[in-house]
Amino acid sequence: MMKTWQAGKRLLPMTAALGLILAGCGREDLSVLRPQGPAAESSFALMKLSISIMIVVLLVVFSIAAYVWIRFRRKPDQNEIPKQVEGSFKLEVLWTVIPLILVVVLAVPTVKAVFAAGNDHSDDKDAIKVKVTGHQYWWEFEYTDYGVTTAQDLVIPAGKDIAFELSTKDVLHSFWVPSLSGKMDTNPDGTVNRFSFSAPNEGVYRGKCAELCGPSHGFMEFKVKSVSSTAFEEWLASMKAPDSVLPDDPALAETFKSQCLTCHATGSMQDLSQAPNLTGIGSRESVAGILLNDDTRVDGAPVEENLKTWLHDPQSVKPGNKMPDPKDLGLSDEEIDGIAEFLAGYTLD
Amino acid sequence: MDWITTVDHKKIAILYLWAGGIFFGIGGLEAILIRIQLIKPMNTFLDAQTFNELITMHGTTMIFLGVMPVIFALMNAVIPLQIGARDVAFPFLNALGFWTFLFGGILLNLSWVMGGAPDAGWTAYTPLSSTGYSPTHGVDFYTIGLQIAGLGTLIGGINFLATIITMRAPGMSFMRMPMFAWTTFITSAIILFAFPAITVGLVLLTFDRILDANFFNVAGGGNPVLWQHIFWIFGHPEVYILILPAFGVISEVIPTFSRKRLFGYSSMVFATILIAFLGFMVWAHHMFTTGLGPVANALFSVSTMLIAVPTGIKIFNWLFTMWGGQVRFTTPNLFAAGFIPTFTMGGVTGVMLASAPADFQFHDTYFVVAHFHYVIVGGLVLGLFAGLHYWWPKMFGRMLSETLGKWTFWTFIIGFHLTFFVQHFLGLMGMQRRVFTYLPNQQFDLLNLVSTIGAMLMGVGMLIFLTNIFLTSRRPADAADDPWEDGRTLEWTIPSPPPEYNFKQTPLVRGLDAFWKEKMAGHKAMTPSEPVGSIHMPSATILPFLMSVGIFIAGLGFMFSRDEFSSSIMSFLFNNYIVTALGLLITFGSMLMRSLFDDPGWHIEPEELEGR
Repeated sequence: MMKTWQAGKRLLPMTAALGLILAGCGREDLSVLRPQGPAAESSFALMKLSISIMIVVLLVVFSIAAYVWIRFRRKPDQNEIPKQVEGSFKLEVLWTVIPLILVVVLAVPTVKAVFAAGNDHSDDKDAIKVKVTGHQYWWEFEYTDYGVTTAQDLVIPAGKDIAFELSTKDVLHSFWVPSLSGKMDTNPDGTVNRFSFSAPNEGVYRGKCAELCGPSHGFMEFKVKSVSSTAFEEWLASMKAPDSVLPDDPALAETFKSQCLTCHATGSMQDLSQAPNLTGIGSRESVAGILLNDDTRVDGAPVEENLKTWLHDPQSVKPGNKMPDPKDLGLSDEEIDGIAEFLAGYTLD
Repeated sequence: MDWITTVDHKKIAILYLWAGGIFFGIGGLEAILIRIQLIKPMNTFLDAQTFNELITMHGTTMIFLGVMPVIFALMNAVIPLQIGARDVAFPFLNALGFWTFLFGGILLNLSWVMGGAPDAGWTAYTPLSSTGYSPTHGVDFYTIGLQIAGLGTLIGGINFLATIITMRAPGMSFMRMPMFAWTTFITSAIILFAFPAITVGLVLLTFDRILDANFFNVAGGGNPVLWQHIFWIFGHPEVYILILPAFGVISEVIPTFSRKRLFGYSSMVFATILIAFLGFMVWAHHMFTTGLGPVANALFSVSTMLIAVPTGIKIFNWLFTMWGGQVRFTTPNLFAAGFIPTFTMGGVTGVMLASAPADFQFHDTYFVVAHFHYVIVGGLVLGLFAGLHYWWPKMFGRMLSETLGKWTFWTFIIGFHLTFFVQHFLGLMGMQRRVFTYLPNQQFDLLNLVSTIGAMLMGVGMLIFLTNIFLTSRRPADAADDPWEDGRTLEWTIPSPPPEYNFKQTPLVRGLDAFWKEKMAGHKAMTPSEPVGSIHMPSATILPFLMSVGIFIAGLGFMFSRDEFSSSIMSFLFNNYIVTALGLLITFGSMLMRSLFDDPGWHIEPEELEGR
């Protein structure tokens, strides 16, 4: 055991150096290499350890290979037969035992971390419980303790443990916020997967679906918004407060009610879970998960414009999604624009 | 006609090579299309559905129809020669194995023109692969095509087991067997145990899709995670079915071009067996994020890491085979040299993936894509290139051009590393796999561009290889019996290409590396173990071809048995299982013929042998 510890100690400076190099890779709100929470950090620590060990192994293999290729290259005048060596018991034992030690060095913290990650927070009174349901191709978030349901934007209080219950309404999906935690599948067979993570720093993190789930698998994105606990309380309150909000124009309100609210829910309506809950959609980070509501960045557009893009042709934004084309429902271009405008203004206080 | 009826293992090897090569080309084109789509963010070169069909077909084609047949080509071409046999144990079955593979492959690829290719990924996870979410016939082509092709693999595997156990030349004990024969033997054993799992899985999925069974349908009490277990109980050993033959090739090429015997032969044999054994114990490491719980994840983590130990033994034994030798960098050895560092890189990322908590991040990202391409392309395909260049003169009697061979190597390996090295980072930076496009400004853009350029370069390497084959085929067949001059095993003792009976007299094996031993004793040829006598040969027959055609027709008939056709005759034929029955009739009729009419084969008499 002494030996393994020493091997570990020698790897430490390398691990640190690697950490520095890798930390330069990717966006802070997305990259596995720039962890923003304890769950992702635990994975990252194991990654650094394993990469360090593996780089040592690679260096040894590469240097022996380079040495033999140069040193034992056949020379033009070389004709004598080289000694036919049968093998070497000592050497072979050596390269059996060393990998075994390296495996132990990696296996011990792995097993530790596996059981740590398996810790279930569903009974934790302090944890925020969120039921995540995957749909082709959007995410539903239900805050079971508060009776609040939303979609696409997962709002969480910074620093608090969030206890997730994962399931799916249709095919397999996988819930993944790279910079906060590893992924977990959503299974349709009634077995609910549980795991938890927390985000100590306030900010918006990008989440993805990691399991092939149909044509728009690549577009099944979502955002995790980590906010202060007061902001979180306010958000909960405003999610619970409003009655169903409708467009001012009575004709448009009727259209909205008869065409949109048959699948979607708003405000205090009972959630139907066939389609994303629309409460406060104007203040979300994105439309449909991929049209980013931010005109300050090159890839984002204002929310109203995004809503228009989406409503005028949902299939071209997210192929294979279940939303009917509003034009097929008999909505005119003006009505679609009107609803987009209304939804863009449908914000939370 | 000669090719359709042949039962000669050398000709079947060439058939496997051509068919596998063509499917490999199709899979390669699919890969290039995939990479073109991903060259920039929000690209519209392909639509999402087509992209999913391409990734599914690329994976399925490459694994089952591209590399496996080329492996079988090498095994067929070399194994009987290496063990001093006149053919495989069951030549008829050998032909049957090839034809079922070919017709299975054709059936699978027909999906492109018959209404939609499979689109649920090569792993076909349910429920995405159920009729509810994949309503075209795509996945039916997958299940039935693979079933038929898998039949061929299973037949081939059993055949090699029987051949290696029973037909070794006198004196060739198991521990004197060449390493390629050993890995073929172990690979065949894995096939024997792993393929029944996928066979059963495919039957269940077919029943779910065509006969409305409920094995994986939650509403009917089925369990989709069950499919994952069945698939990976086959799927993980499959990785070793692929890589062990490559290990065998490398273990032949390196000693030959180092002029040294393989370092640590017995530990190589032991490591091979151990890898095969462990390969069956680790399937759930593909399912860490499925939610199996910490106990299962911990056990499968540790057992997976253990595979690094025998694999490490192999790597160091190869390095020390070259140590103290005289290394010549011919094209085959160049590929073998490229194999060692490249495969090691694939191996170490494998150990990283084995650590479950880290795998929660790696899983289903481009990191995994990079890892398994390092193993399958950087390991297996480089190994196959080494083997093809090495045994080409033995198979065809012609040396491939060394200059073009070296060009192939350098373009291919540089392209390979460009393509896949950067994908490790793409995965770690948050790019999940199987996405048909990605949003801009996620820092994925540049690395994806690099990756696509690399893929093009690999394509160039393949084109140079094809040019090499084409130019070589126009030159006279004048390769020497032992063209590399330092051949160590029995295949180098007979003419290139070998006569159809292989060995006029079965050789007597007096040690490991039998031919090298004789050379060192000052002999020019092997000592025969029998007098020249009449050689029994099996007759050519078209029955294997017909049996496969029958299964092919039956498969198509079954698949479309519930479809509505515009013409009533078609509907009548398909909906009443008449087409299925017709296909099965052809197959079983051929079997009956085979049973009823005894075919004693024919003989090559000693006078004829001397005459040549």
